[in-house]
Amino acid sequence: MADLATTHDAAPAARARKLKARDLKAMPGFKAIAWACIVALYLPLIVLIVFSFNDNRSVVKWTEFSLRWYQAALENEGIRNAAWVSVKVALVATILSTIAATMAALATTRAAAFKGQGLAYAIINQPLMIPEIVTAIATLSLFSLVKYVTGITGIGYLMAAHTAFCIPFAFMPIRARLEDMTLTLEQAGADLYATPLQAFRYITLPLLMPGIVAGAMLAFVVSLDDVIITLMVAGPGETTLPIYILGAIRRGITPEINAVSTILVGVSVLLVALLFLVQRRMEK
Amino acid sequence: MSGAQLSAAHAEAGRRARNARLGLLGPAVLIILLISILPLGITVVYSFLTPGTYGGVTWEFSTAAYVQFLFEEDIFDGTLAFNPAYLQIFLRSIGLAFGAMIGTLILGFPTAYFIATKPRQQRTFWLFLITLPFWTNILIRTYAMLLIIRDEGFINLTLMNLRIINHPLSILYTDTAVFIGLIYTYLPFMVLPLYASLEKLDFRLVEAGYDLYASRWKVLSHVIAPLAKPGIIAGCVLVFIPGLGAYITPELLGGGKKLMIGNMIAIQFGSSRNWPFGSAAALILMALVVIVLLVYARAAGREAKAHG
Amino acid sequence: MKPTIRIAAAASAFAFVAVAANAEGELNIYNWGNYTSPEMIEKFEAENDVTVNLDGYDSNETMLAKVQAGNTGYDIVVPGDYMIKVMIEQDLLEEVKPNEMENFGNVDPDWVDVWWDPGRNYSIPYQWGTTSFTVDTEVYGGDIDTLALMFDAPDELKGRINMLNDMNDVINAGLRYLGYGRCNGNEDEMREVLELLLAAKEDWRTMDYSTIEKLTSGDVDLSQTWNGAAMRARAQRPTLKYAYPKEGFTGWMDNVAVLKGAPNLENAKLFINFMMDPENAAMTSNFARYANGITGSEEFMDAEMLDAPEIVMPDGAPTPDFVTPCPQEVVDLYNRVWTRLKQ
Repeated sequence: MADLATTHDAAPAARARKLKARDLKAMPGFKAIAWACIVALYLPLIVLIVFSFNDNRSVVKWTEFSLRWYQAALENEGIRNAAWVSVKVALVATILSTIAATMAALATTRAAAFKGQGLAYAIINQPLMIPEIVTAIATLSLFSLVKYVTGITGIGYLMAAHTAFCIPFAFMPIRARLEDMTLTLEQAGADLYATPLQAFRYITLPLLMPGIVAGAMLAFVVSLDDVIITLMVAGPGETTLPIYILGAIRRGITPEINAVSTILVGVSVLLVALLFLVQRRMEK
Repeated sequence: MSGAQLSAAHAEAGRRARNARLGLLGPAVLIILLISILPLGITVVYSFLTPGTYGGVTWEFSTAAYVQFLFEEDIFDGTLAFNPAYLQIFLRSIGLAFGAMIGTLILGFPTAYFIATKPRQQRTFWLFLITLPFWTNILIRTYAMLLIIRDEGFINLTLMNLRIINHPLSILYTDTAVFIGLIYTYLPFMVLPLYASLEKLDFRLVEAGYDLYASRWKVLSHVIAPLAKPGIIAGCVLVFIPGLGAYITPELLGGGKKLMIGNMIAIQFGSSRNWPFGSAAALILMALVVIVLLVYARAAGREAKAHG
Repeated sequence: MKPTIRIAAAASAFAFVAVAANAEGELNIYNWGNYTSPEMIEKFEAENDVTVNLDGYDSNETMLAKVQAGNTGYDIVVPGDYMIKVMIEQDLLEEVKPNEMENFGNVDPDWVDVWWDPGRNYSIPYQWGTTSFTVDTEVYGGDIDTLALMFDAPDELKGRINMLNDMNDVINAGLRYLGYGRCNGNEDEMREVLELLLAAKEDWRTMDYSTIEKLTSGDVDLSQTWNGAAMRARAQRPTLKYAYPKEGFTGWMDNVAVLKGAPNLENAKLFINFMMDPENAAMTSNFARYANGITGSEEFMDAEMLDAPEIVMPDGAPTPDFVTPCPQEVVDLYNRVWTRLKQ
């Protein structure tokens, strides 16, 4: 705004154009809405963190500061295991579903339209379309049969189920990213004798990265939050945090859950911060 | 090269492209076919069977589940009468999901735009910032929201301290609370695909718009929004469809006095012990969603044609 | 562990080695969430040299659906009374004959010949309690021992009521208030129930399972709830009082049972016997806050449990009503009433 004064003698039209060119990207009110959203998203998290330090047993009434729930959470084997299972399943499901979704998105957008594209699209989005409880019951029947026939048990079933319903969530942002992206760059690469793999590694993948990151984050969130499918599919020793909490509702939720959630958030913040630092160092 | 050779080379290239495509599609389609569509087949079978005693199904063909959706043997006179109860539950859920979709779009678009116009190195950080609150559990987040919108909660206290209102607004356990809750829950589902789409926005086009003396609104609606359309559609699908089946948020924040589709279906597999009806209702819901998606596919197809 | 049992456990583990690797010395328990005392589990692990896997479910029906599908890998489940009957009928439980076990003499005779498992061939008592409601006596000063508080609410309580979000609990309360029988297939009577519920719903603020949070946050002043939850809520809101309505209220008992085809059958049997020991039953009660049906457990129980008005029923209170599972036609009718109520 300061340079407005210095350019006041310029022709009005040119000045206006210059101003617009300067904040080409700005949209009135967008910044305010964005900040409001971010603050609103964090309010519950702040409440959650505050109440994890509440001395009282309640998660709805504040009394005084205490660390007892952290101690309780760390001593509670059930919660510890559940948190660990949740993270494990979410990580595996995120990685697998993001890879599968990226490949599928490439197949449905990086080439001319093909027969069966609509069908492929419908199949990939199918897990979204049916209420979880129904998928859960049907998956339960299926897995139980597979267990009976093969004799194989373990956490793989749960991870597979999570991978399946994470795929559409990972797929959508990646596909949105790919759509309308022209083939020119890859073609240019091919003209420079890049192999398809090189073209993918050095051209497509970097272009696609924001979509992949967005998709993976969604998949992770969806997996961490899943209640119903997990409830039905999980076997012995595979209780996730949401299942633990669901079971606790009738008998009263204690701030232990807040404490363990805070720890999870804290650890993930640390990890991501570390990742950023490493990335920055590597860029240098 | 002769014409025949050329067409053979073409065919070879086409085959290779097809194989590559199948290879790429393979994992996702296979996983979903095995883990999601196969169970769906089971659901279809269930919906045409008779409820078993204490849950499960009996192998006896019946269409009762579908009839039950619209009609019922009247509690009072035993005749088959039109029963709007389930339809009404569906309509309520559709309305809420649609509202949440619009709400998240209005809030999510500026947020995604804001992130997409940040310097490149910062963008992932901002995305992370948006999703971080969701790395906690939905039940816990919803309880935290209860605290915020309760009569003596954060919102009311703030508004009263700022002397904007004199009496607390009664939000909790109303449709407004459900609406707020759904928007909160699904905001990232809108922001992330929008971001993926907006991030590649070519601002030279925006500049061209301004050069042509377009107003900000014109640029937004005629340049930016059309370019971000794939992201907008993806976000809308990811909010609307899961929103239809949502029930934890509506139940907790709405007070649980009204049924949502998701919950109505869930109790059929629980205390109502009617798996066929639960399956049928789920399939009807899916049919509805497929129609929505077809509309999307058509819109996307038109888009592709327009650009191709 | 006795050598013979150890050999048997090892043998059964070997037989199921395909189902669960390293099954030796394991026990997989599937119980309601947050309902199992960690100290009790630790004690069992130490005494018997086994590793316990503990998972939680949220309702009898969830547990049943999983068990019906088969191959859950669980040994022990803790179904409610009616669910025990259902599971015995469906041949899902192993007849482990607890009545021939060493500690069976500790089971309170009142809980031996129960309708869901007469003579206790399949299951033993875990915890039992009642489902009624609790009300803030500072808000409402009148007589609380009547269901009229929920169905014809006094002005002080209008809009301050939480009901359980449970078809059976709400409909059964309505039936009792009108004086009609449970598992009611009479359409005229059920129509009256629906009208009663629809009118009463105007005065209800919420229908939710998380009764403790609803009461302690002050969102409501009356909530339908279980006695143990009422006791926990009272710890934070001392003016709450648990009602024993004259029209009647539901009683329930959760029971420990062994699944058919349990991978660790011998350990499961050990656990059944272990749970009939008064000290171990008391550990469960001290954690879950309900009575346990094992004689002699009182001396190991927390003092506050022994005179808690939620646990010790007053003289003259009606006998708790243990509701049997209803036939499908009745469930269908209930479902229709429930859908209408919440449409």
